[in-house]
Amino acid sequence: MMTIREYKRAESLEEAWQLNQKKNNRVLGGMIWLKMEKLNVGTAIDLSGLGLDTVEETDEGFSIGAMVTLRQLELHEGLAAYTGGAVRESVRHIVGVQLRNLATVGGSIYSRFGFSDVLTMFLALNASVELYKGGIVPLAEYAARPYDRDILVRVLVPKEAASFCYQSVRNSQTDFPVLTCAAAKTAEGYRFVIGARPGKAMLFALKPNGAETPELTADRFAAEVRAQIKTESNLRGSAEYRNHLAGVLVKRAVRRLEA
Amino acid sequence: MQITITLNGKKVSADVAPDALLIDFVRSHGCYSVKRGCETSNCGLCTVFLDEKPVLSCSVLAARADGHRVTTLEGLQEEAAEFGGFIADQGAEQCGFCNPGFIMNALALFRENPYPSEEEIKEYLAGNLCRCSGYEGQLRGIQAFLAWKKSKEAAE
Repeated sequence: MMTIREYKRAESLEEAWQLNQKKNNRVLGGMIWLKMEKLNVGTAIDLSGLGLDTVEETDEGFSIGAMVTLRQLELHEGLAAYTGGAVRESVRHIVGVQLRNLATVGGSIYSRFGFSDVLTMFLALNASVELYKGGIVPLAEYAARPYDRDILVRVLVPKEAASFCYQSVRNSQTDFPVLTCAAAKTAEGYRFVIGARPGKAMLFALKPNGAETPELTADRFAAEVRAQIKTESNLRGSAEYRNHLAGVLVKRAVRRLEA
Repeated sequence: MQITITLNGKKVSADVAPDALLIDFVRSHGCYSVKRGCETSNCGLCTVFLDEKPVLSCSVLAARADGHRVTTLEGLQEEAAEFGGFIADQGAEQCGFCNPGFIMNALALFRENPYPSEEEIKEYLAGNLCRCSGYEGQLRGIQAFLAWKKSKEAAE
């Protein structure tokens, strides 16, 4: 269980950052995971008074505040329109509405969990994170970094000429995924992101070849992803099963995006 | 620390520990419908409305709710009794422990989507676990309630 000695609703990002430099202080997201950790927190830093709970859409893209909840993502019409419903699909299987009303984008992205549907989706969206001190960093780079003490302020999603597809396999509804797969079809080719391997999501960039039929492209991409991906076994599924699923989900994504 | 929460329409001020959870705050103020079923943010038994949204009160700091409105089943007696009767008519539940959280989230669903389809019902209530039943009775109860509501509205 987590204990907290002091609670502080930060009045500015600078104050939040200053407080967060102390090792036993913690920034609160939705507090879903944090409260289950065995942790003695000095000061719990709450960003909920900083207006970071909105999604702003422009012609260039989306700016998503760190405190936006997964439920807000799920219901956002602009994100649904841009991603063809992929963002909604990526979060709607996560536990329940009540949890998604609490869990935040910032908490999910900062945590960079292997099982994260959110990380899988936003990697495929070619997102970046805006850090208070570190500036704008591509999510693919941020995901590979160790945890640090900067403040994640926003997640930025550029608008590309692209179409998207999100799939996950779960042993039962609302459980953690056995495997996640987000795909983006852009002018340059395809991005596939496979998560819950069960390790952190991996990104694959593949190009269709003009001579191929969509069905052959799907087969080739599936074979390439299966050859490159590293999967492991845990109680939800074996490494071999996950490798097989990766091929199936990639094929289905290509079929859907070529249709 | 001193906080003030509008609990079921009444302003309540209290001195709480910085790590006090909302579930313990509302229970210590007499709202015993709010249950702790899992403590892993999974079961939905501790559902309350924070402002108008259903949330897991086991995962919210009481301090975070400072200045906000919190509604529990105790504050929705009429609405809850009207709907709960249809669940009881189906004999849907055995022990009833999950019932208050389930009713809270069902009421949240009807507020967002007054006439949900079967798929929409299942999706919205997926985060409410019941370990006695197979959820079939609850589903029949919800559908009977919606049919009754529709005929009542048509008659008005």
